[in-house]
Amino acid sequence: MFVDFLYHLRGHGLRVTPTEWLALMEALSRGHARASLGVFYHLARAMVVKRESLFDTYDRAFAEFFEGVDRQFDLTEELLSWLSNPQLPRELTEAERQQIPHMDLETLYEQFEKRLAEQKERHDGGSRWVGTGGVSPFGNGGSNPQGIRVGGSGGGRTAVKVAGDRRYRNLRSDIVLDTRQMGSALRRLRRLSSDDQAHELDLEKTIDQSARNGGEIEIVMGPPRRNRLRVLLLMDVGGSMDPHAALCEKLFSAAHASTHFKAFKHYYFHNCPYERLYSDMSQLKGRPTAEVLKEIDERWCVILVGDAYMHPYELTQRGGIINYGARNEETGLQWLQRLRQRCPASVWLNPESERVWGAPTIKTVRTVFPMFPLTLDGLTESVDTLRGAKPNIPMKEQAVDPMAAFRSL
Amino acid sequence: MRFSGTSTYITSPELRDIVNVAIDLQKPLLMKGEPGTGKTRLAEAIAEDLGLELLVWNIKSTTKARDGLYVYDTVARLNDARFGDGDVRNIRAYIKHGPLGRAFASDKRMIVLIDEIDKADLEFPNDLLHELDRMSFLVDETGETITARERPIVIITSNNEKELPDAFLRRCVFHFIDFPTPDFMRDIVHVHHPDVEKALLDEVLTRFFWIRDLPELRKRPSTSELVDWIAALRRAGISAERITTELPFLGVLLKRETDVELVKRAVSRPRRPGF
Repeated sequence: MFVDFLYHLRGHGLRVTPTEWLALMEALSRGHARASLGVFYHLARAMVVKRESLFDTYDRAFAEFFEGVDRQFDLTEELLSWLSNPQLPRELTEAERQQIPHMDLETLYEQFEKRLAEQKERHDGGSRWVGTGGVSPFGNGGSNPQGIRVGGSGGGRTAVKVAGDRRYRNLRSDIVLDTRQMGSALRRLRRLSSDDQAHELDLEKTIDQSARNGGEIEIVMGPPRRNRLRVLLLMDVGGSMDPHAALCEKLFSAAHASTHFKAFKHYYFHNCPYERLYSDMSQLKGRPTAEVLKEIDERWCVILVGDAYMHPYELTQRGGIINYGARNEETGLQWLQRLRQRCPASVWLNPESERVWGAPTIKTVRTVFPMFPLTLDGLTESVDTLRGAKPNIPMKEQAVDPMAAFRSL
Repeated sequence: MRFSGTSTYITSPELRDIVNVAIDLQKPLLMKGEPGTGKTRLAEAIAEDLGLELLVWNIKSTTKARDGLYVYDTVARLNDARFGDGDVRNIRAYIKHGPLGRAFASDKRMIVLIDEIDKADLEFPNDLLHELDRMSFLVDETGETITARERPIVIITSNNEKELPDAFLRRCVFHFIDFPTPDFMRDIVHVHHPDVEKALLDEVLTRFFWIRDLPELRKRPSTSELVDWIAALRRAGISAERITTELPFLGVLLKRETDVELVKRAVSRPRRPGF
């Protein structure tokens, strides 16, 4: 049963390691679940789920696994049967195997039996191992899901119901995004310039060396720990982006509030960047894109935010720009490629659901920029891509035909 | 050794269970949760309840893992070498233990709070792995190994400023403090304001949770801000009715100009006729 639960959790994408799982077994053997599925719910979560963004996944897995068995499930029996014949997860590494003797399952078994015997006496409950006052020993943990009052007059709800509430849905990292989370995702972009030349005095090492030298001062230089991160944020505003305005604003304030960028610039565009980028959302004040490009180089990270959803003309035709009174001599696609060539470390974040990414213009934009959903997971992934991007490496995009998506139209 | 909460710090039953598991299995307890949910206070409460000494290690962006174990005061030694004070040959005199080092070296069991671990460099948690596992460390300068006689209880808090490495997370017991529900919040407020009038508290709580639920809010007010707000309202002698209509001292609750504006606008918005 327990090993099944482990694999069930892993089947739901929770990367529970055998070591964590063995720690849970140890906690169970030491009586921490008190034979209650309600307590087990919290205990197992504390031992094997280490991020709150995964709580919802855990809740769903838990509810699914214990659905139906909730009332009949006897934790004590399950544990006894497991301990008498400990089945270990298949993929233990050598290091993990070596940890098992340290745990000494036999001692655990003895401890557990002893504890049960004590409980039997203390509760004098006849056939019942644990529990008081007619409370069912299984499932009925009595711990209120909100964790406020224990039990209460009506008795506790079952662990499966608690898990079924899915109270942590809002913490899932594939949906939720608040400014703070975005800020911490962006912070991972931070790169300290370890490859810089050593031209800063390392005081600690200097003193250490001097002390070792018997007091003769020996100067030690080290590379400066300074941030070199430069970010250009380009955001699509207006039209189809209106429903995503609040989300984009959050990203903007997260990026803007980041103090760890050496330089930060931001501009707006509508649907696709062309000759001009705008410094205000109403797109009245602007600067020539070429000028902006001159100011940045391959050390910059470019983050574009937009739904990439537009008329194909806007990407592929001269004069395809959506703004009345404006005319672009070069296609939107050319501008995008120019941007990417200037800054290989660039990504496109799309607030639209990935389901619609098959749309022709989105496909085309994806041939130029790696695209990620504007969620916490997407942002984190994009940051990893930006970190991994190496400047001055010839781009591969030429191999892909950017027009392919339109041929079938 | 069981933790059961204190009179001034209310814990949920599952948190008490988790604390006891962490103590029993001798694993570090990692606490997360919205700011103001009492992560740091937990360590103080455990220390108070179990009667153990608490050593606090406040992490800053420049903190290095070794600082918690020991610091070798090379400047003092160099100074002594130059100006002839003290016995320079005795390196041990220049080794100062940090919070974790002191807990390891002590005869008594201690509690170490590693506060806001996410403030430090990304590698910081990994640098501590070995010491937390083995509960011992080597002093390079003297070649001495210090092993904990009584394994300290280690409580770690994180505000989610940075992701913590997986290898580190695997070794911890993890608990996420849920934001208190209105009922639980009532209990918490009573600890700080034992004689608060019921009408006032009802109104304050209704408004507080209403504000927290406003979707566009940038920073949601926390428990400690609520407690301060009630203190301000009571000192000014403001009645429950005025709270409904005016929301006085909003600045105690909200720290951002835009949020204050937002709430004011939301308050003045005419309510839709009930249906």
